[in-house]
Amino acid sequence: MHPETYKPPALPSPFSTTTSPPSLITQGAEAHLYKTCFLAPDTPAALKIRPAKAYRHPILDRRLTRQRILQEARCLAKSLREGVNVPAVWALDWEGQGGESGNGGAWLLMEWIDGPVMRVVFERWEKFLKRNQGSLSEEDVAGEESRVRGLMERIGRAVGGLHKSGVVHGDLTTSNLILRPFVGGSEDATTGEGEGEGSPSMEGDVVLIDFGLAAQSAQPEDRAVDLYVLERAFGSTHPKTEPFFDSVLKGYEQSYKGANVTLKRLEDVRLRGRKKSMIG
Amino acid sequence: MLAIGLEGSANKLGVGIMLHPDDGSSPQVLANVRHTYVSPPGEGFLPKDTARHHRAWVAKLVKKTLREARISVDDVDCICFTKGPGMGAPLQSVAIAARMLSLLWKKPLVGVNHCVGHIEMGRLITGATNPVVLYVSGGNTQVIAYSSQRYRIFGETLDIAVGNCLDRFARTLHISNDPAPGYNIEQLAKKGKQLVDLPYTVKGMDCSFSGILAAIDALAATYGINGPEKDEEVDSEKSVEEGGKPTRADLCFSLQETIFSMLVETTERAMAHVGSKEVLIVGGVGCNERLQEMMGIMAQDRGGSVHATDERFCIDNGIMIAQAGLLAYSTGFRTPLKESSCTQRFRTDDVYVKWRD
Repeated sequence: MHPETYKPPALPSPFSTTTSPPSLITQGAEAHLYKTCFLAPDTPAALKIRPAKAYRHPILDRRLTRQRILQEARCLAKSLREGVNVPAVWALDWEGQGGESGNGGAWLLMEWIDGPVMRVVFERWEKFLKRNQGSLSEEDVAGEESRVRGLMERIGRAVGGLHKSGVVHGDLTTSNLILRPFVGGSEDATTGEGEGEGSPSMEGDVVLIDFGLAAQSAQPEDRAVDLYVLERAFGSTHPKTEPFFDSVLKGYEQSYKGANVTLKRLEDVRLRGRKKSMIG
Repeated sequence: MLAIGLEGSANKLGVGIMLHPDDGSSPQVLANVRHTYVSPPGEGFLPKDTARHHRAWVAKLVKKTLREARISVDDVDCICFTKGPGMGAPLQSVAIAARMLSLLWKKPLVGVNHCVGHIEMGRLITGATNPVVLYVSGGNTQVIAYSSQRYRIFGETLDIAVGNCLDRFARTLHISNDPAPGYNIEQLAKKGKQLVDLPYTVKGMDCSFSGILAAIDALAATYGINGPEKDEEVDSEKSVEEGGKPTRADLCFSLQETIFSMLVETTERAMAHVGSKEVLIVGGVGCNERLQEMMGIMAQDRGGSVHATDERFCIDNGIMIAQAGLLAYSTGFRTPLKESSCTQRFRTDDVYVKWRD
């Protein structure tokens, strides 16, 4: 991203008039994520805006944007109802400023989840291992590994819980999982960016975010693809954690009845990915 | 270094000559000759007929190319040919021609991946250094980005290619295949006004087009506007929602708007993923000006730019094979006669790209 040359589109009302304006966190392909507040200034909120795509025919653009933001909100609401750790949906408008005067964009206001994303946790852990390669005893290394295994097992359980609620995520990467520290937990875990000296804290709840590609499904196929995407994400972004991926699957297996059907399907999906051959 | 390239993976037979000057100055196109096998309206090109066309024309085209480039056979360093992917029979006829030239002239062979040929030619012409590539043609639909010695496929079609979808709808409407069905659809679409509802099938980074084709074929049949154009067609005053009937132009317009939106969306996702701001469009469908325009708007919104070329370089040609072949040749790559076969299935990411950092 190049903030010096890039200007995001104007915010829809009422966010254009919020004092201390929403701050842009990230720009994805489809949406912009802002941090703002909800009702009270001390209630932080995440605002996801899907701007209208100027390249698309306006009718098509409205149809797609509406479909997608509603799908995202419904998936979040459903999994929250089933007790999965996901941000709560607070408000949404599928036509930007509403009605015919709307710019065709849409927004979704959600609970703000504190804590670093898993990508940061694992990156810090990998850095810590590298920095202390010489000084760690075999016991220390084994201890570190079991801590990571523990976290990965909890990730597996979180994904299992989501699938149990009848929702598949569609884009499971370590950037879409947040480690929310326990209230009153160690300070270390609350700072995502800080370059801590020690091994990062792995205490906290695993929270799933970004349901932009989520869908309601209980098919073993869709669930297995979810796991396969997560496996590839671990392999490509955190090579050192890849050998522990079986811990994710172990946690997943224990999370709901019928998980073993999905795991069986995962074996087929893996083979398919590798042998994918060009057709057409 | 000088290379002659032979391409014939589909209905275009192309022969071209590329020069990479020894002093390291920019490569030059010395000749770019093409002959297309055009099938009658309502029909596609069959492999056996296309292969017959290529066999009949290849010697003439090679002679013409040498004449145009004003070079003699002695100047040629290597003979590059399309190894795949493509239609079997046409690929084989051109591979045989390349082998024949190699034995006759005693020059080494270089087998080239067709998709890599498109990418390298696009990079050369537009000067784009490290773009996200959208490769769209009658046989391929891929979103590609380069990373550590491979052109990696980020997204692709799950069934038919986008160009195939357009070609086959042109067949449904009996639109002329001359110069190309896609070009004629593009011209007709300019007269289209209303958007009809079609499926929109993006799955993550991948697209699917077969369902859209079935849906629009069914629409054309429902309104009785498939088959050859009838004289009495008049512009309906009412819109489709009000019980009116769409025109042939409306269908072409809707098809283009829908499938191009899907392509731009997946390309944008790949750009966000790899953090690139440049897009390069290659392949026959890349000539479409509406696609280029949509991609331009998207790239601009991201603070980037789009690179595209015209029909000389977009549509299958011989120089792209010569260009990619020369790059491989300069790193020491050769295809021994024994291995100079061709294959219908040859993935873009199978090629080890030794010539890039």
